[in-house]
Amino acid sequence: METSAIFEFRGISKRFFGIHALKDVSLVLRPGVVLGLVGENGAGKSTLMNIAGGVIPPDEGTMFLQGQLYRPLDPNEASRAGIGFIHQELNLFTNLSIAENIFLESFPRMRGLPFIDRRTLADTTRQLLASLNMDFSPSTKLEALAPGERQLVEIAKALSYESRIIIFDEPTTSLTAKERERLFSLIQRLRGEGKAIVYISHILGDVRALADEVAVLRDGELVANAPVADLRIDRMITLMIGRDFDNIFPAKTSRPGQKTILKVDALSQTGIARNISIEVHAGEVLGVFGLMGSGRTETARMIFGLDEYETGTITVGDSVLPARDPVAAIRGGMAFVTENRREEGLLMNVSISDNLGLVSLAEFSRRFGGIVDRKRLREAVGRIGAELRIKSGSYERLNAKSLSGGNQQKVVIGKWLMTRPRVLIMDEPTRGIDVGAKFEVYTIMNELASQGTGILFISSEVEELMGICDRIVVFSRGEIIRDFPRHEFSQERIMRSAFRQEDAAVLDA
Amino acid sequence: MTLPPLAEWPRRAILSEYFVLILTVAYVLVLWPFIPWLLGQRNVGDILSNMWPLLAIAVGQTFVLVSAGIDLSQTSIMAVTSVIGAMIMTRGLDPVLFSKSPFWGIFLGEQGGPLAGSPAAVPVAILAMLLVGTIIGLGNGACVAFIRMPPFIVTLVSQLLFSAVAIFLTKSENIRHLPDEYLALGQGNLGIVPIAMIITVTLAVTAHVLMSRTAYGRRLYATGNNPVASRVSGVSTTRVIVSVYAISGFCAAIGSILYSARLEMGRPTLGSGQLLDIVGATVIGGVSLAGGKGKVTWTFFGVLFYVVLANTLNLLNLSFFTIDMVKGGVILFAALMDVMRTRAMAARN
Repeated sequence: METSAIFEFRGISKRFFGIHALKDVSLVLRPGVVLGLVGENGAGKSTLMNIAGGVIPPDEGTMFLQGQLYRPLDPNEASRAGIGFIHQELNLFTNLSIAENIFLESFPRMRGLPFIDRRTLADTTRQLLASLNMDFSPSTKLEALAPGERQLVEIAKALSYESRIIIFDEPTTSLTAKERERLFSLIQRLRGEGKAIVYISHILGDVRALADEVAVLRDGELVANAPVADLRIDRMITLMIGRDFDNIFPAKTSRPGQKTILKVDALSQTGIARNISIEVHAGEVLGVFGLMGSGRTETARMIFGLDEYETGTITVGDSVLPARDPVAAIRGGMAFVTENRREEGLLMNVSISDNLGLVSLAEFSRRFGGIVDRKRLREAVGRIGAELRIKSGSYERLNAKSLSGGNQQKVVIGKWLMTRPRVLIMDEPTRGIDVGAKFEVYTIMNELASQGTGILFISSEVEELMGICDRIVVFSRGEIIRDFPRHEFSQERIMRSAFRQEDAAVLDA
Repeated sequence: MTLPPLAEWPRRAILSEYFVLILTVAYVLVLWPFIPWLLGQRNVGDILSNMWPLLAIAVGQTFVLVSAGIDLSQTSIMAVTSVIGAMIMTRGLDPVLFSKSPFWGIFLGEQGGPLAGSPAAVPVAILAMLLVGTIIGLGNGACVAFIRMPPFIVTLVSQLLFSAVAIFLTKSENIRHLPDEYLALGQGNLGIVPIAMIITVTLAVTAHVLMSRTAYGRRLYATGNNPVASRVSGVSTTRVIVSVYAISGFCAAIGSILYSARLEMGRPTLGSGQLLDIVGATVIGGVSLAGGKGKVTWTFFGVLFYVVLANTLNLLNLSFFTIDMVKGGVILFAALMDVMRTRAMAARN
């Protein structure tokens, strides 16, 4: 092992469900160095770090910590060995205090007695918080803290173990801009203190700004490991997806038609939405932008029939839809890809093929008795899977749970595509999926539009909307305040609209 | 907790869908040297005739369990349908015992029920039993699906209510003198095949096809796995939920027909104490109490194992209490095995 390295992966391999998640990966972590780890969903980043963190064992290969063989049996051992892991989903308890969360596995005890030494607990916690410039009392309940502050508590926990290696997995997904800046300065400071840092993120710009070295994983293999200066963003993307990549967005080939396919008229529900009127034409991609909480998802749910509304009419084509009736909406030609695929989009413990066939079951079953024509269903499911490039083993033997995030999202979309919808509502369809899969989703949207489907595309990323949509409507506090046709697209103006600062000269960050 | 390292064939056996069947065979083979008459014609006949009614009822419970619910009222449905059917068919009632019954003088008299002696008695009675069972089931289902009450509470309340109704209708007396045509259903044969077997197997096969091959079955599994995602995907979860409880009530009524025919009486306490047998046999078979997982074939294996177990425990002359303890222990073991097998199967994939 190199003398300057503090941790080494040597020849690590791991399989899940018969597919290689990691193949012969060798990587070195050095003190005082930030290593950016990038790759598509399913490339193996989290798996590799989970192996280091003691969550899962490798199938082959070895690890070395400061020259010694390292083989943790559980996450506790890894923590005590000095590996701090800040997960994407924080492992904290909202009903406990900051001090209790930090020292949950290692409460200081009173000498000889099985009681917690509360004073030492409070003092040590205060010191840790001070080192992170956090002003809270150690007994503050965690639920009182914002996501960015909770993350700092998780970092404090890692530091309490005197971790020499700290791994950050997608740390900025729930942070505000200010919290992000604070995290970045903290990472710089930790680096200055000689810690080895691993930074995993899809936001390549951040990775470039923070990292000293970058490692790129693709399909479980390490395809690049170089100083950050040698890897510009487009080079990173090319390495991540394995082919040349000109553009983030596919070229638009469709033009919106004349016919109105979805008409929402004066939709209102007290406290949620006010007088919403939307028109989507056949072949049009209509973007819906707005800040979190502006009422976009709620409006979509009302349109589809999951929630009630007080006034308004929804018309698909020529027929008016009854309220609160998803079955009628689907029969009328509507489809809804919801925001959270785990809770509302997929049946996790059910096979991939049953998930894909769920909405369009009636088409594949005989009139009398409802017996499913399994052969026809299998063919149709296979076709959709191939069209959407869903990467997986057997669709019939494996569950939706076994798929990566991007493939799961494709299954949700595929399920709706099988109904050949006239109107497709998509709520944050590219959230949490990698660059390559995003491109594929955009391509699918383009194809659908060119076939005459009207698409309502809800997203929080302005660039994404600008790249794909024909028009963008902006929501704010339950109302539509502005409608931007394509030739008027401007990132700044759309953002300002969402903040209701159309005419303000400068926007305060 | 995971499976300990095993040779290939025991591992395959444990992870197989037929695990419980294999276990049953192994169990019988182990005990046979000690109780040679275990596999004698008479005992096997006993085992099978115990199996059919229990299987019919367990099939209904399977539907409810897969929907992530539970039906605790099946035994009370058995009781109340047994009593209602018997009241319609009976050809003679002792006034000393029955004069206090609420229907005495209106439907019931010394000559028996309203259709006593009539050829329509048995068909009408059977129809009435099935109808009552299904309607009670619909009521359960409506409370769970529309009022959104937890299945445990709804069916527990039904259980208490309808057990009491059954006893109230007969003032705790058993109704005898049932027509021979009816008794044939539970005791008679068609050639060498018992009629009870024909009824139950037809029911089970229909149920299996419904669950595994139809769109309804897929919607049922979807609802049991994730009702929210199912609703978004256009599944009418309320329709599914109401239907499974109706099916469960119907199956309980079929079980009641078979049991009452065998016992040759309408019993207001029919099924009492059998809830553990029903749910236990289904769970042993591998149907999950959490919903979304289960098949009629699994229930079949579970019921077979359970009936064989009960039979052997009787043959071994163990006391009533010991038998119950063993039954409880076996169900616990089955649940444990289910957890370990699920993990082993996930790891294997």
